[in-house]
Amino acid sequence: MDRFWRLPQNISTYGGDIDSMFHIIAWITIVVFFAVELLLVWFLFRYRAREGRKATYTHGNNRMEVAWTAGTAVIVVILGVMSRGLWLDIKDPRRFPDAGLELIVTAKQFEWNVTYPGADGVLETDDDFTVRNQLRVPANTNVRMTLRSEDVIHSFYVPELRLKQDVVPGMSIPAWFEATVPGQYVIGCAELCGIGHYSMDASFYVHTAEEWTQWNAQQQTAAAGGATTNVASADATSAEPAGSPAAAAAGTSN
Amino acid sequence: MSNAASATMETGTSGFGVYNMKLGMWIFLLSEVMFFTGLIGAYIILRFAGPDQFADPGVVLNVPLTAANTFLLICSSVTMVKAFAEIEQGNQAGLKRYLVLTAIIGMMFVGVQVYEYMQLAHEGFIPLADLYAAHGRHAAEGGAVVGGPLYASTFYTMTGFHGAHVSIGVACLWFTVFKAYRGGYTKNNYGGVEIMGLYWHFVDLVWIILFTIVYLI
Amino acid sequence: MSTVATAHESGTHDAHGQHEELPFLRKYVFSTDHKVIGIQFLFMSLLFLLFGGLLAMAMRWQLAWPTDPTNAMPGGSLLPETMFTSGVMLPEFYNALVTMHGTIMVFFAIMPLLVGVWANYLIPLQIGAEDMAFPRLNMASFWMAVPAGLLMMASFAVVGGAANAGWTGYAPLSTSDVYSGVKLGQQLWTISLVILGFSSLIGAVNYITTVINMRAPGMTWFRLPLSTWALFITSILLLLAVPVLAGGLIMLFFDITFNTGFFNPVVGGQPLLWQHLFWFFGHPEVYILILPAMGFVSDIMANGARKPIFGYKAMVWAIIAIGFIGWIVWGHHMFMSGMNPLLGGFFMVTTMMIAVPSAIKTFNWLGTLWGGNIIFHTPNLHAIAFVALFVIGGLSGIFLAAAPVDIPLHDTYFVVAHIHYVLVGGSLFGIFGAIVFWFPKMFGRMMNEPIGKLHWLLTFVFFNLTFFPMHMLGSGGMMRRLYDPTVYPHIAQHQDTNVFITVCALLLFASQFLFMFNFFWSMFRGKKASANPWNANGLEWSAPSPPPHGNWGGRQPVVHRGPYEYSSPESDEDFLMQTAPPTGRPTPAHS
Repeated sequence: MDRFWRLPQNISTYGGDIDSMFHIIAWITIVVFFAVELLLVWFLFRYRAREGRKATYTHGNNRMEVAWTAGTAVIVVILGVMSRGLWLDIKDPRRFPDAGLELIVTAKQFEWNVTYPGADGVLETDDDFTVRNQLRVPANTNVRMTLRSEDVIHSFYVPELRLKQDVVPGMSIPAWFEATVPGQYVIGCAELCGIGHYSMDASFYVHTAEEWTQWNAQQQTAAAGGATTNVASADATSAEPAGSPAAAAAGTSN
Repeated sequence: MSNAASATMETGTSGFGVYNMKLGMWIFLLSEVMFFTGLIGAYIILRFAGPDQFADPGVVLNVPLTAANTFLLICSSVTMVKAFAEIEQGNQAGLKRYLVLTAIIGMMFVGVQVYEYMQLAHEGFIPLADLYAAHGRHAAEGGAVVGGPLYASTFYTMTGFHGAHVSIGVACLWFTVFKAYRGGYTKNNYGGVEIMGLYWHFVDLVWIILFTIVYLI
Repeated sequence: MSTVATAHESGTHDAHGQHEELPFLRKYVFSTDHKVIGIQFLFMSLLFLLFGGLLAMAMRWQLAWPTDPTNAMPGGSLLPETMFTSGVMLPEFYNALVTMHGTIMVFFAIMPLLVGVWANYLIPLQIGAEDMAFPRLNMASFWMAVPAGLLMMASFAVVGGAANAGWTGYAPLSTSDVYSGVKLGQQLWTISLVILGFSSLIGAVNYITTVINMRAPGMTWFRLPLSTWALFITSILLLLAVPVLAGGLIMLFFDITFNTGFFNPVVGGQPLLWQHLFWFFGHPEVYILILPAMGFVSDIMANGARKPIFGYKAMVWAIIAIGFIGWIVWGHHMFMSGMNPLLGGFFMVTTMMIAVPSAIKTFNWLGTLWGGNIIFHTPNLHAIAFVALFVIGGLSGIFLAAAPVDIPLHDTYFVVAHIHYVLVGGSLFGIFGAIVFWFPKMFGRMMNEPIGKLHWLLTFVFFNLTFFPMHMLGSGGMMRRLYDPTVYPHIAQHQDTNVFITVCALLLFASQFLFMFNFFWSMFRGKKASANPWNANGLEWSAPSPPPHGNWGGRQPVVHRGPYEYSSPESDEDFLMQTAPPTGRPTPAHS
């Protein structure tokens, strides 16, 4: 099934639940699809026009109308109820798990800037540091992002995280994820944002705890030293974790 | 509709017994309701989202002047009703008298609105964000911010579209007057006056809602 | 009765037997005859369909062979430097293509093909009226659509090029040339849509009044053909949705032109306000784009199966239900927009609910085929394809309606596949079916059946080959509106699929020339059609083909029964026209 749908590898804690929901809907729709289409083809064959035959004269059947109306309604209501909890778990800030790391992601044409809290662990203080086109997080940590835009609407999208969230100017939109598989992935923009929309990609690294601590410490020192290197260049390749298939593929981009 | 015998008030072969033109006008007014609902809805959303962009009632806008203007418009609805009542009785002179009166009051309403716009613009109540920064109330009053450019944008758009509707209505009224002087309406054929009235009352009603929301709340 | 007043500009055509001969301009150009206006809309919207298709081909070429001068798009070198430079399409032009393909197809091709053409042509004929309630308003409606279309086309030629913020025109990308590089093009886009909106609006006023007031004696509400029912509900949706869009577009225009800041967060405006206004219109619009096709398919399928439509009243109530629920589902376009997630939960439930009337319709079409004596004429093939493909479009909608599943799928090719299964697999097949079905009424000649069937087969095959793989590209994570899909490694690995899709899309486009040839050839050389070539029941088939000005030559048709009395025991034949007087045989009880 995953091969058929070409689902990307899942690396987030809630991605599995989304995929399960996807598969439930996929199986229901596949069954309905084959039932309806086979019935259609069967009717077309069975009731094709023949000489001297008249069609059945009927205007319908109220019992059948009630049956398929109720049947469909029950299925979609169940799907709706099942989806609602998962939806709120992922998107409702009141249900967000406690954050192990808080970040600000600021989008602008056509780049992603990630602001880290620095040594004090608190955002929007003097020791914050900002990295351009790189999002680095430790694995198995709840990351809470505040998404902001400086110009137009962008959309933060990492297929492997099963996370997408529009980034709207004038709004600070919260989002969270917990990545489980270390590797290198790509952030894409999913909302048309101008001429460079197609190439508004950024690297996304999920590090092991040690790698993360080391990189974070490096950046904090650089930031504290007042060095201008706190804005790292777009494709800096330090602390490259061991590659997953996605990482190998991502390495060839740009 | 026993008195709706003429060609323009034909009821067709089915339906609710409402002649085509009147039914068409009702349907058209439904879409007008949606148009103003969209504008008013946008205003409410913007005002809730950024209350500091908007001033309290009476601080910027001239409420007494507009209240008088509102009264004027309500009067024109009364004269419109009179015009319709006269032609239903077949009274041509009464029809002409009240139609002309309605059109003149309508023009006065638009005139007062233009005067109000000019006053407001002179005071620096300007919708354009760039101009506002340079010459708006913000600059004029030495930093004492009363509302933002968005306040002016919503104000001029909503009242402006209403004003445009009144102006179109006045034009149609003069056309109706012209037709009345040519003897175009009779006791049995007053469809044109009736749908003119429907439109005019609608525009009046919209103004009462707009006045409440924009000026008083 | 003689044949008069068709709209094709045939000089050889004999137009005698009419009480008064109108001059050419009044008869073919500024005509108030609903049939001529319908045919005018047909020519206009087919031209736009062709043009919109051409834009899609340019996009597909770019997606298959992006920035590859050795495989440059044919004809690309003819385009100005601002669109195409040294064998490579520019990203700003690609974004303009995306925007204009969507805008033109939705507003200038599918919408007039469904409503402008058939509401004008069919409603008076199906309800037994001589013309529309307001014929001159009707003419104005068409002659406003033309300049709207010309303005839209002209935007390609202005400084900065055509609008490039997507057919949804999301602010603030659309409101500032600092962000998009386009000002004049976006202004023209806005003005054009406001004018077109007004055209649709006065059209809708006309259609609604006509259906309510102008029905022939005996034509009760529940004897209306489903085409007319669908067009009636569609007109109500248009009437109430278009003014909201117009209000939004006017604010957008003010933002672009005067920097009023409605949607500009820098001065306190709300970008999401535009999305709410757009989709409040936009979702009813989606139903505007499918309901009429559902009506045509019902009419055609009952005729093809030689059987009454299954569950006529259920079909009517399903159309009405879609018309109502369609107003409270717009938020599902905004699941990812940052809107309150509780609202998202609400919109998810309403969106799921709207699957119910759609399912009712599908099952009733199956019920119509069951026990039929099915004739596979070309219109019926298109109707069958509609049902088969609408099922896919509906089912893929369930994925997108489930908000958590929509998170990875939103703004990907899964959505592109979904919308095209509904709008092409659904609406366009319905339109093709309708054109072939009512062509003899319009032009007095039949379309060629073998060519029609070949066109149907090729379109069906290449449509599926083009759009089905897009589902997988989407679930594989390919975003929409990407100028160069190879930038992202997770998309680049599916590049061979993109090439395959492009090849099939080109073949799909090429297949349409068969239809074009058939259309024009049949207009002049097709087999002469009788008044009722399909042995159908509707009132339109009791008028001559083509009907004269006034439709029944002064006779007032009288209706005795519903529109779907096929194979009724009341008649020896397998059809029984609505105008046929009662035979005296006992009428079977309706369930």
